[in-house]
Parts: sequence; C-alpha cells; structure tokens
Amino acid sequence: MSATNCKVRVLAQDTVAPDIRRLTVAWGEQRPEFAPHAGQFFMLRAWGAAETPVLSRPISIHEVRGPEGALVFLYQVKGEGTQKLAALRPGDILSLTGPCGNGFDAAAAAAKGRVAVVGGGIGVAPLLQLCKELAAAGRKPELYVGFRDEPYALEAFLPYCAAISVATDSGAAGYHGLVTGILHPEEFDLVLTCGPNVMMQGVYKLCAEKGVPCLASLERKMACGLGACLGCTCHTKVGPKTVCQDGPVFPAEEVFDLG
Amino acid sequence: MAEIANVDLHVDLLGKRLAGPVIAASGTFGFGPEYAGIEDLSLLGGISGKGLTLYGQPGNSGERLYETPAGLMNSIGLQNPGVDHFIAHELPAMKALGTTVWANLGGHTVEENVEGVEKLCAAGIDFLELNISCPNVKQGGLAFGIRAADAAGVVGAVRKVCTVPLIVKLSPQAENLPDMCRAVEAAGADGLSLCNTFQACAVDIERRRPVFANTFAGLSGPAVRPIALRMVWQAVGAVSIPVIGLGGILTGRDALEFIMAGAAAVQVGTANFLDPQACVRITREIADWMQGHGVQDLAEIRGCARG
Repeated sequence: MSATNCKVRVLAQDTVAPDIRRLTVAWGEQRPEFAPHAGQFFMLRAWGAAETPVLSRPISIHEVRGPEGALVFLYQVKGEGTQKLAALRPGDILSLTGPCGNGFDAAAAAAKGRVAVVGGGIGVAPLLQLCKELAAAGRKPELYVGFRDEPYALEAFLPYCAAISVATDSGAAGYHGLVTGILHPEEFDLVLTCGPNVMMQGVYKLCAEKGVPCLASLERKMACGLGACLGCTCHTKVGPKTVCQDGPVFPAEEVFDLG
Repeated sequence: MAEIANVDLHVDLLGKRLAGPVIAASGTFGFGPEYAGIEDLSLLGGISGKGLTLYGQPGNSGERLYETPAGLMNSIGLQNPGVDHFIAHELPAMKALGTTVWANLGGHTVEENVEGVEKLCAAGIDFLELNISCPNVKQGGLAFGIRAADAAGVVGAVRKVCTVPLIVKLSPQAENLPDMCRAVEAAGADGLSLCNTFQACAVDIERRRPVFANTFAGLSGPAVRPIALRMVWQAVGAVSIPVIGLGGILTGRDALEFIMAGAAAVQVGTANFLDPQACVRITREIADWMQGHGVQDLAEIRGCARG
C-alpha cells in the first residue's frame, strides 16, 4: 500500500513561462505511509469520471512545501488534460491519486559522493524536490539544465544547488548547444537525470564512457498509475517493468542502449 | 457490509457469498493490493486478477494505451508473471484482502489451460475465470472465443480438472453469441462473464501507421456499454447459469441496468482508471438507489426488465 486517492484544494496557479504552469495544492493527507518524496508523481484529475480525457494525467512532484504539506506541480500545457489543469483557480477541487512510483532515494544518492542532476525542458519538474532532498541530506548537487529557448523555473533551485549550468538550443541563455556539451560525468560519483529520452540517452552514454552510474526518470502514458494495468510497461534489459510502480526511476543501463 | 446500511447487497454466487455485486475486472486492478490504500476492498464482491498464462509472457511492444472520446483502447498482450509466480508471490496477498479471489487464466493451448487450472485450484482460489476472449494475443486467447465448438473444447477439458466454480469470460467477437453461450454452458461452465473488450483500430495520422503494433486493440469503457448490455441480455436469455455483466459500467445506474437485464453481478474495469474508487462508489450508488426505491435485496430486481 503506497498510494491513496483524495480530493484536494488548489492554493495557487502561476504562469512560469508561456506554456508552463505551476500548480500548488493543499495536501491534506498526513499519514506517514503516503508521504511523497522526490521523483514520485501523482495522477491528477480536474474533471469528472464521465468527462474527457478518459484518463487522469501523471504529473511529477515539483516540490513538497513545509509542514503544511502543500504539493507543487510544474507542468507543460500540451493537450486537453493539461489545459483543464491549467484552468484551475485557487479554491477549485481536484482529485489526486498517489504518491505513485519509486522516486529517487536522495539519502542513498547523497551517500555516493558528488552528485550531478541533469534536466531537459519540462524534465526539470521533478528535479527541484530532488535537489532539495539532496541538500537536506548534506550533498548539494550541481545542476545541469538544457532548454530549447528561454530557461524557466530555475530561481527555486538556487538554495539547493552548489552550481547551476544552463544550455539552450537557441543560444538564448548559457551554453549554445545541448546539455551534454557541458556535462563532465567524471567529476561526479552519480548522475541523476530527467528529460527527453534522446537527452537522457546522451547523458547515459557520457556516463557509461566514464564509468559513472546514472539513474534516469522515464515518462509514459499511464492509465492507473498504480502498477495494475500494465499500460506503461518498459521492456528493460532485466525484463518488463512498470514505469508507474517499478519506476519511473531506473538505472540508465537497464533502459538505454549505448548505440 | 456494516458501512452500507439498510439494504442487502450480498450476492450468492455458485456457493460463495459475495459481499456486494461489484467485482473488479481482470486487467484493471492488478492483483488487488495496488488498490488497498485507495478503497475498502472488503465491500467488493471480488477481485479478478490480472490475466494469467501458464508460463507468463512479457506482453506487447509499442503503444499499449489510446484514449477515445468515451473509451480506452488497450493492447497489453496478457503481460503476466505466470501461474507459478502468481501462486508463490501474488496469491497470498490477494487472499488477505477480505474479498473473493478470482484467478483469470488464458492459455495458448488446451493443455496449458488444463495445467494452469489444476495448479490454481490446488493453490486455493474462489473462482476460476477462464479467459477465451483476449483480443491482443496472436495465439490462443481469442482463438478459442470465436467459434462455439472451439470454446466448448477448451471449456470441456478445463471442466474435468476445475474444482472451483468455473466462469468463462466471453468475447463480443464471438461468431454467434447465443450459440457460444449455450455451447459453453453445455461444456460444463458454471457461469459466464461478458464482455471482454471489443476489437478496434486507431491510426496515427502523423506516422501514417496504426497506433498499435498489432494494428487492432481492445476497446473498453462507457463507449461499449450499450452494446455490452445487449450481449449480456442475450446471454441471460440463452443460458440458465449465472451471467456476470461487464462493459463500460461507470455508475450505480449503469450497474443496475445490467442487473435488471438479469446479470447475477457485475464487473467494473475501465472505470477504475477514471475513478480509483469506482468499485466502492458504484456499490454505494446501487445501495442508495435501492434505499430510495424501497428495494431490500438485489434479487427483487434481478432480471426485472425482461418482464
């Protein structure tokens, strides 16, 4: 038993970038067995069971805030589901199922030594809580982030990171190119990453060349979020795994090829 | 059923007592513990576990889920850990959930089905739901569910070794549904459950290819409900064994339609994704309707729509 389902109230909805929103909800669930941590996600639903889209939307935890237990989600407005989430206003009610998935083990990561956290685009969403937990475990990570154009959501990372390096495809900020152009895995004992598959594949390749362990957080379409329907299965090198329950965080070598 | 007062929701099904008329449908509920933190599973009539095959299989590659306006297409491909793994690692937790345990088994051959049923019955389950209706595996599965003679062959063989109530889960793709129902009953089934998913197709217009690697996938959800209800109606009329109705049930009113058509109980599948507390909510909505209409026992209304 790891996930629950409850109705929560919207505290805030902020526009972070033209298509990026930050949704803050009151997380009333105080039972310790349902305490969320970095890398986990919730199934969000702001519409009725008989309304479209049919499925709830899996959104990663951006931040768990303070003793009052507010949950923050950072998401990209893309389709009908995220448009309905973006229409939520303070006081509105939505349904949460979770916390789902294994997430990152920040204490174990911090114990490994020097940690690099690598994000791409909206893949930075779960990395704030990760950096926060790493910092709390006594190991402020170095953050490497790649964006297509203008970076977003980075201010919140400042207190929890030893350094922040930015790369952009357009050259709008930081290094003009891919985030893999500024990452040197040999300077670290562990690399944790979340972003587009092609970016994570590139990060894994760099890590593998230097013999540095790498954990990657995957994204899939999901129906249940609970490991029940097997709709999000990833055929890993150690057999079929559910991204929602066995993941979303996997050792990169199990889910990516070197080729 | 202390929490749902004043009406009797229990169902006597083939010698077993179900706490309520709502059973979680195979493939949507894992083996049950996934939902233990979400709703009170002791209020359910039972849980039909993820579809098993004797040796297990990794399931399909490529897309597995696709949303439609009122439904969900899936192509999981019977991904499962196999009967032995289920018995050793999943069944003990499933038995501890306080509801009836339905093992759902599909096989590629008659022999695999027979061996799987023997093992499951020996391990202690409440119901065996024989799946001859999965549309997403190339061999077996649906192969037995199209022609009545093929279905009768596998059901007859399984019947000889099945020591628990044998429910046969039927496909809407059956050539002639009433004939299929009668053949399965004659071959020794104790009950029927229907419908499994409806074979369907989607094309990704950007890739200019089918969405699913197998081209076709199974459609479930509210979109199929009126057709499923028609088929349940036909099945109830064709046989004298209990019929478990399923297909797109999302509310208590939906479930009552199936019960008034003659279903002994219902299964709820896709609704679990739309509302993780769907099984218990639907149970409560049935109870509320009964209270509001002075109905004390589901037996008073079961099949009433047939006149």
